[in-house]
This record gives sequence, structure tokens and C-alpha cells, in this order.
Amino acid sequence: MQALAADTGLVAALGRIVGPRWVRHRGAELATYAADGLPTHESPPGIVVLPGSRDEVARVLRLLHLLQVPFVARGAGTGLSGGALAEPGAVLVTLTRMNRILAIQPERRRAVVEPGVVNARLSEAVAPHGLYYAPDPSSQSACTIGGNVAENAGGPHCLKYGVTTNHVAALEVILPDGSLARLGSPAGEPWGPDLVGLFVGSEGMFGVAVEITVRLEPLPREVRTIFADFMALRAASEAVSAIIASGIVPAALEMMDQSCVRAVEASIFATGARTDSAAVLLVEVDGSPAAAAAECAIVEGLLRRHGAREVLVATQPAERARLWQGRKKAFGALGRIAPDLAVQDAVVPRSVLPAILDTIAEIRDRHRLQISNVFHAGDGNLHPCISFDRRDPDQARRVAEASAEIMDACLAAGGSITGEHGVGSDKMAYMPKAFGPAALDLMCEVRRAFDPDRRSNPGKVFPVHVCREWRRGGVA
Amino acid sequence: MNEAVFDRLRRLLGPEGVERDPRGLPRAVPESDDALALVCQAAQDAGWRVRLEGQGSWLPADAPADLALSTCGLHRIVRVSPADLVCTVEAGVTLEALRAALAAEGLWLALDPPGRSDRTVGSVVATATAGPLRQGFGPVRDHVLGSTVVTGDGRLVEAGGKVVKNVAGYDLTKLHVGGFGGFGVITALHLRVRAQPAEDRTFQVSGPREAMFDAGRALLAAGGSLAALELLTPALAARPQWTLVARLVGTAEGVAAEAAQLDGASGIRWAPMPEAAAAALWNLVARAPLDAELALRFGALTDTLDDTMDLVLGTLGEGLLATGLGTGQLRWAGEADVATLRGLRRRAAEREIPVTLERASWPLRRALGHFGAYREGVGRLVGRLRETFDPKGVIAVALEGADE
Repeated sequence: MQALAADTGLVAALGRIVGPRWVRHRGAELATYAADGLPTHESPPGIVVLPGSRDEVARVLRLLHLLQVPFVARGAGTGLSGGALAEPGAVLVTLTRMNRILAIQPERRRAVVEPGVVNARLSEAVAPHGLYYAPDPSSQSACTIGGNVAENAGGPHCLKYGVTTNHVAALEVILPDGSLARLGSPAGEPWGPDLVGLFVGSEGMFGVAVEITVRLEPLPREVRTIFADFMALRAASEAVSAIIASGIVPAALEMMDQSCVRAVEASIFATGARTDSAAVLLVEVDGSPAAAAAECAIVEGLLRRHGAREVLVATQPAERARLWQGRKKAFGALGRIAPDLAVQDAVVPRSVLPAILDTIAEIRDRHRLQISNVFHAGDGNLHPCISFDRRDPDQARRVAEASAEIMDACLAAGGSITGEHGVGSDKMAYMPKAFGPAALDLMCEVRRAFDPDRRSNPGKVFPVHVCREWRRGGVA
Repeated sequence: MNEAVFDRLRRLLGPEGVERDPRGLPRAVPESDDALALVCQAAQDAGWRVRLEGQGSWLPADAPADLALSTCGLHRIVRVSPADLVCTVEAGVTLEALRAALAAEGLWLALDPPGRSDRTVGSVVATATAGPLRQGFGPVRDHVLGSTVVTGDGRLVEAGGKVVKNVAGYDLTKLHVGGFGGFGVITALHLRVRAQPAEDRTFQVSGPREAMFDAGRALLAAGGSLAALELLTPALAARPQWTLVARLVGTAEGVAAEAAQLDGASGIRWAPMPEAAAAALWNLVARAPLDAELALRFGALTDTLDDTMDLVLGTLGEGLLATGLGTGQLRWAGEADVATLRGLRRRAAEREIPVTLERASWPLRRALGHFGAYREGVGRLVGRLRETFDPKGVIAVALEGADE
């Protein structure tokens, strides 16, 4: 791919669409966009363009289609898989200016938003109507709904309420040729095949969502947050299995191991939790006051039966926030341990949680690494966080090897290589381990239905060699 | 042709794997997904048209084709994992068989689709026919974690996974849920299941439509946790008046608390139903479409439901209509001609409401299509996706209408 920055004709043409001040092409400007939330990958884009409206997105994409220039859509750049990186031969279409909430429809429990709306801002905006937007990724104070759609983002409260795909009713999409497609319907009933379901989580490779109709949930009438600490990691993970098997679906069921708790307690986010516990669980139940109380009692009993040392229950917002603080700030606290933090993302069947945590500990010891676990235990979605210094090649190598071994172990247990961060640039190498050649081929072909020229977020998700059409001699 | 197809299938599947349908059409009944893939490959090579069948109890097995391809040989419950709340089944497993196997493990599939209980799981997923439990547990897509599918050209593809959270690769399974077989034959499914609820109670009340509608809406506005809330026409419930039915599922304490609030939240007096009567009523809701020639599904916003009900009843006559007051899903069953249905779809489209033809004879399906006309830009995408999954058009299915 040839660098675009010197293409003054393209810079000028993009400037005529969005205004010159919304086109970035100088080195220092481009460096700002060279990485997302993944510390191990960098690539400065060729040109950055910041359209301000759906019409401008359509015109930009039409121009790029005419010139056959690849492009990458980007929100806030908080993604953790390198999915929003663009190579010097591609245009980065940054959507942060398109941050308007176009409609709030309390009666319908819907909102219509532009892709650059920040996740937490949407919940704030609809709160006066007694509603909220359920998917709550850890980066929700910065990440955008458009990025959430691309990655099918999750979050702690997705255990009960579902991930992004369960909360998107309709999408207006600009396809890579600049044309418009209206997917789904306001009610959320598919209008034809479920193209909304197919588009959500397609990692920006099908086009750019310019208008997103989301479902809103009523704020729960009663919420109880339960904190429990354990002296053995295995006891905590067995408690998780017991809660899941009980039939209760908690709103959230999160775990932090000792390394993570210690990092939090050593930081400004300290909550006063005891640092000799091997693991802590945070369980949240919600619903009617009676139902929440009943579920809370059952969960408390299960936690104690599985060896919890201390069980704390909070019902008031301030107390609940205090119990959540350690979990919500865990990544920030872990970031202080070492210059770099590799946040992994994998999923296992919930019944193998105890065994997989043992396996991760064994991998940690063998590679002499510091791995902290903070994760969505209720749905088996692990986030092993490896603290390291990437300037040390030996450490970087050990991190890469340990990460690969963790992925292999999760796949061998019947799990997935990513539960909510996406494949992006980071996990392409694992795709042939996760899927057979027929599935990979078919995915590549499905992409071509939306993007025949393969210009939308090129070079992501699928390693070049895996797709039949590329093996036959095509180009990526 | 008929004999040649029959002989070729016998050579592929052995004498046990081929039979004839009541009209003499060769019917392949492969017992493995590999064998099913061989049938599709052979059909693609020979230029045969294939009609997909489960038990034939929901969609009539009447599409013109050179052979029928049945999933009934794929009837194994591969795995039930109580600790993970996941099960893996072949597509030809019937709902009743799956329910029994899950119940033996204390588990429950929170789907109550219309039709007979011997419907195959594959049929429920392929048609995305959710029932009243959609209110509490979501549409069919929310229950499906992954799938194995044979494409029209005979490729055997696994998509999704068997864990409850997974974003690796594109979510191809979504195309097969409610795709009516247009993107291939579902051969196996990984499903999300739940622990059997400790308590499951149904309440009902009858009265004039407006009063029932308002009561149901008030109940929803109060934020109750309902597993189902359906408004049934007198014809459907076989009663003189409209009937509002609520189902509460969960812990004993939670259900008792919700039940105690029903009257206050809705402003009417609900009657608890004995277990057997409740089961009979829900069974009536499920079986109602079988008494009619066609079933339609409407997806309306909750604030336009009243208007949508007017549209449906005004155009089609009362018939058998069940309306999910919280889901916005309306299912109408009855009889109507092509022109009437086209007009209805047009008016529904003006209100941004999709109308899916869930069940009908082939002439109606061919004329109207399961989906009819699409919204802007979608037809081209669906056409390309169909070419991707079934390049030679082996599978006999009418997604779009003939003249639209």
C-alpha cells in the first residue's frame, strides 16, 4: 500500500466534502491516530478525515470508491484488538464529530443516535426518562456506540441484559461504494434476513453505520450488589458455577484475583478490601424489591456455602458504587504496575472456569510473568492482564507466547478467542485455530457481499492466507 | 428424472437414506451432516432443486422441487451441559424430545413457538418463530449460540460457538435464524438453556379490547418482570371477549411479589389459572395458527400497537390474533388472498412495520415471499448473500415476492 499523505489531490477533495480543517495529513497529526487501546500495534494512517454528517460520510465513501482507496472507520479509538488501525495507504474515517443523539423515544424505549455518541452519555441522557442503555464496556465513559456496534461490545451487565447485538434494533449503513442500506426495523424485528445481526460485530468490514436505533431498558427498581472474598481462587470459581447452575441470572457476576485486588488497593482507587484474599466476587441482582431480595438471599447462601470469608451487601447507590469501585478501576490500577498492560479476552464454558484459572496460573509461572485476572465470570469471559515492558524484547516474547498458550487452552476447553474485544489486528493468527477453512472462506465471501473490493477495514480479522479467494491469487 | 434422482440418492445414502414422499417425490433422509452435504453437492452438480423439510408440520412441504431433503434423520441430542446451561442438538430433534431431555437435567428452553410440539428445533430456528415467552427471554436469535449449516452448494460450515459470549469472526448464525433455509440447511445448533424455574404461574383477565389493552400497557409501564404478556382476540381464546394473559416465571418469592402487584399496577383484577388450565391456554395460543391457512408476523413498536392491531383486523378480519404487548410481535392466522396481503404489507411498510409470512402454501409464498419487498439497499445485499450461500439456487425458497 502506498502512503496517501502526499496525495494532495485526495486531501483537497476530502477537504471539499468536509471542510479543510477536518482533514489531517501531517505527520504529527497522523501520529495521534497511530494506535487504539491495544499497546502492541501501531500504524499511522495515510489521511484522517472527520465527517460531520451522514451525507458527508456517504460522499467521502463515494469518493474513495471512485478512487479505489481503502478506509477504516474509527470511533474513540478505545478498542483493544487493533481493529481501528489504518495503514499509510488507507484513509481513517473518524466519526467522533457525529455525536448527536437524534431522538429519545421513552414510550418506545428507543433512542436514535449517530455513531460518535459516547456510550455513557447516552445512558445519562435517557436517565431522566427512567431508562438506560444496557451494554456497559469498561471504556464506556469514552467509547462510542458506533465502535460498540463494530465490535459487538459487552460489559459487566451483559450477563443478564445481553451484549450490543441484543440492543440494536436498526441501522442505517453507508456501504463501501457510498450507497445507503437500511437494516432492521424500528421495532427490532428483522425486515428480511437478520442483517442487523450480521452487521453488528463485523469489525468495520461491511461499511459505516451512520444512524443507530438502540433499545433502552427501564432502570431496575431495586439493585443489590454483593461482595464476597475467598481464600482460594478455586472456591470462588466454584461459587460462580453454583450461582449459574442455580437458575438465577444475576445482572453482573464479576471476579478479581489476588493480583488484581492488590493492584487496586495499592492505587488511588483503593476500597479497603483485604489483600490477603485469593479472589473477590461481585454479584449484582436486580428487579422488583421482593425478587431482588429473594435472589440476593440465595446468592448469599451459595457464596457462604462455597467458603466466602466475608459477604457484604449494598442497596444504596453510594455503597454500591464503593463495592464496584475496585472492579471499575481495575484496569486503571493494573496500568500502574508496569509500562505496558496486555489485556487478553477469551471465553470458556463456565463449568471449566476453575480448571482454566489453574492453567493460566501455570502458564504465568512458567513464563515468569505477572498476570492479573479481572473478568466477567458469569459468562466465562476471561480477561487475563499481563503487565510487562515492551521495550524488553525477552519480556515481549514471553508475553506473546503466554498469550498464545492461554488462547490455545481456552479453545481446547471449547471456548472462543474473543468474547467482546474483537479479532482486529491482534487475534488474526488465532482465527484458523478457532474456525475451519470452510467457515473462514464463507466469512470472506460474506464480506464481499457488502464490500466487493475489500476496501473497508482491510487486513483485519482474517489472515491473508486463509481465504480461498486469496489463495487462488487475489490480493488482500 | 424422478427415478434418476432416486437412484442417485440411493447410491449416495444407501437404501435406508431415501424414501418417497406421499406424492412419490424422492426424499433424502441423511443421518449425518456429511451425508446431507453430499446431497446438496449432488443437487448442485445435477442442477436439481431441493425442498427442505422437517416434520412438515409448520411450513407445508409443497415447494416444487426435484427432491425433498429431510432433517428428520438428524435427531440426536448431542450434549446437554447443565453446568454451562448450553445444549447441542441436531436440527431434526423435535421440541418435545428436547424439552424432555432438558427436563431430566432440571433445564428448560425458554421458547414456546407456535405449532405442534413435534416441530423440529431446526424449523423453529429457520423460521425464527418465537412465542409469548419472547417478552421475558427474547427472540429466537437470543437462544442460539452457534450453528452447523450445509450451504446450497454442499459446504459444511460451523459458525458461532457453544459459549454464551463470543465475537470471533462474523456472526453468520444470525443469517440462518429466520432465514427460512435461504442460506443453507441447519444441521445442528448450540442453544442457550436455563435452569427450570422454581415457579411458573399464569394469570388472565377478559374484557373489552380497549380495557385489556390499557391494563396491559399500564402493567408494562409499572416495570414488572413478565415472562409473557399476550392480548388474544376472542376467536383465538375461544371466549366471548378479549383475553389478556400474563405469565410470571422465577423464584417463588419473586413470582409471588410480582403477582401481588398485578392488580395494582394494571388497575384490573387478574385471575390466577390452575396449572392445567394455563398449559391448555398456552397450548391453544401455540396451536391456533395450525387451524388457518396462513400465519403472519408483524414487528411493531409498542406505541403503535393499537394502530397496528386496527390495521390487521381492519384489513384481514378478526381471525386469530395474538399480540405481545411488550414485544410488539403480532401473530395473525387466518385466510387472505394475495392482493389483500400485498395491500396490507404496503400499508404496514408505510408505518415501518415488517410483515413476515411465517406459514403459507407454496402459491402464497411464491407470490408474496416470506419477507416481501425490502427496505432501501437491502435487496441487493440479500441477493449477493444468497449467491454466496447457494450459488446455483439449489434450495427452493421464496424470500422475496414474485412481482415485487
